[in-house]
Amino acid sequence: MSVLPAASRTRQRLVLLVLGVCALLALAAAGLAGSVPLPFADLPGAFKSLLAGSRDGMTATLLDLRLGRASSAFATGAALALAGVMMQALVRNPLADPYVLGVSAGAAVGALAALLFGAALWMVDLGALAGAVGISLLLYLLARRDLAGGRGAARTGESGVLLLTGVVLASACMALVTLMLSVAPESRLRGMVFWMIGDLAGASWRLLPWIVLGAALLLAVRRARALNVMALHADAAVALGIDVAFERRFLFLCSGLLTACAVTTGGSIGFVGLVVPHACRYAFGPDHRILLPAATLAGGSFLVLADTLARTVLAPQQLPVGVLTSLIGVPVFLFQLHQLHLRRR
Amino acid sequence: MIPPMITTQDLTLRVDGRLLVERLDWRVNAGESWCVIGPNGAGKSTLLRTVAGLRSPDGGSVALAGKPLADWALPALARERAYLAQSRGDAFAYRVIETVLMARHPYHADRYWEGSDDHAAAEAALRTLDVQHLAERDVRTLSGGERQRVAIAALLAQDTPLLLLDEPANALDLAHQVAVTDLMSRLCREGRAVVSVGHDLNLAWSGATHALLLMGDGRWHAGTTGEVMGPDLLSACLGHPIAAIAHGTRTVFLPDAPGSNLSLAPVRNSQ
Repeated sequence: MSVLPAASRTRQRLVLLVLGVCALLALAAAGLAGSVPLPFADLPGAFKSLLAGSRDGMTATLLDLRLGRASSAFATGAALALAGVMMQALVRNPLADPYVLGVSAGAAVGALAALLFGAALWMVDLGALAGAVGISLLLYLLARRDLAGGRGAARTGESGVLLLTGVVLASACMALVTLMLSVAPESRLRGMVFWMIGDLAGASWRLLPWIVLGAALLLAVRRARALNVMALHADAAVALGIDVAFERRFLFLCSGLLTACAVTTGGSIGFVGLVVPHACRYAFGPDHRILLPAATLAGGSFLVLADTLARTVLAPQQLPVGVLTSLIGVPVFLFQLHQLHLRRR
Repeated sequence: MIPPMITTQDLTLRVDGRLLVERLDWRVNAGESWCVIGPNGAGKSTLLRTVAGLRSPDGGSVALAGKPLADWALPALARERAYLAQSRGDAFAYRVIETVLMARHPYHADRYWEGSDDHAAAEAALRTLDVQHLAERDVRTLSGGERQRVAIAALLAQDTPLLLLDEPANALDLAHQVAVTDLMSRLCREGRAVVSVGHDLNLAWSGATHALLLMGDGRWHAGTTGEVMGPDLLSACLGHPIAAIAHGTRTVFLPDAPGSNLSLAPVRNSQ
């Protein structure tokens, strides 16, 4: 047998190192690419002035704008991918995504309501956050027996109550969204549709998503071994001494918060939370000790690249990034699914 | 005096209001191998899950090693008893070796990565179950019998004094059924206790020292295999006439000749 005790640790470090370098390259590409090329000679000076907190000159200003947007894109993509991994472990289904329980649909109701009444941008963000949190609370109340069964209750999480409740709540939200879209005045329709597709055009430096992301990642990586056992089998997890009810509540809370943060920043950007965890699992295996940090780095890099493409492909026209993630995501996903099917036969 | 591995007192089990087991007083000591016998839906798995601490009793109490189940901390309990579930749905592409290493989880409060001792335990368990050649395979590509042997290997790697197995012989070929039965007897001789649910009376007879018969209506019989595995009691329990035939030094259980009972329906409705 080829498994050496130290192998998985070394592998984790190697994978994270490679993905970390990829993330830095993606951020560098996001800083350099754009409708206005940045002269290389000005870059060191611009960096210096940025670090000093001022934006003197066009190079520094552009770099500040682009890196601010890229930083938000990274945090959003990383949050979505991490939430996807958590959601898949929570419902024990590799085809789940962070939106499957309706968090993004709830956020869409809040954000679109704010857009419909012509509210300020921060009100839109607040509406999205309120919608996401509201739908999560409602879901928790409705499915709390399934989520928090604990020792002594019937099989925790095997009934699918959580998943079905989430799906039904999501479709109720989508009905509200459709209602708002159909009564919205022509002038506001474009902004609403862009929000729905997922758009990072207004994103700049933000601290909160990074804090949530960092905290969630740290907590999740610490309990990665428990997540492994839970993903294998819920009953086996209890038999191996894991407080399944607690871990499920943790996963629900964390993935909900991450998703709420992501949709508040960028709208409901599709496919990042499904394709990135899937691709990482395909490439690095299902061990959450590697998967959680790897998916976080890969998701961030993926969205930074997608967003850079979105604002350069048809420059000066800017595409909503959700279009690109879906255009890239669908074929990647279909390819993986097909490969999986072939291998399992 | 060493307390019994399992003590149940007035244990009552109900599912959906249907009485399965009534006031069960049962003791399992170290070194004993029990088989739980009963018709479908008689509460065998429910009893096993209750003893494992996966569901609460509907009456009475269960104690493991003299300590009430509710007083056990989950990680300590996981070092005391191992539980083999009846079925496994594998959603993710874990490798066989990873699923067996996960069984070492209860010993890992203080470390993040498995050490060489865990790998030694996992590989020994795989070898014992004759599945070491599958170590790198995706569990979802295994056959039913291979998956079952890997699951039993994980149970061994968990290294507990009490093993609870729900139909361990499921999907195994004849040779491996016998091998697993022999393995359980050997573990008992080493001083562990085994409780297994099974439908094969001959395997139960050859492997177990004791038997618990669940009649399906709340009644139960517990004792050594010699005491409770008589043809009359087994026939009443399983709802079909059963003959015990002496074959050399062994006893073979057979469903009685159809001439004596032409009907395919059970004599007694087990529901």
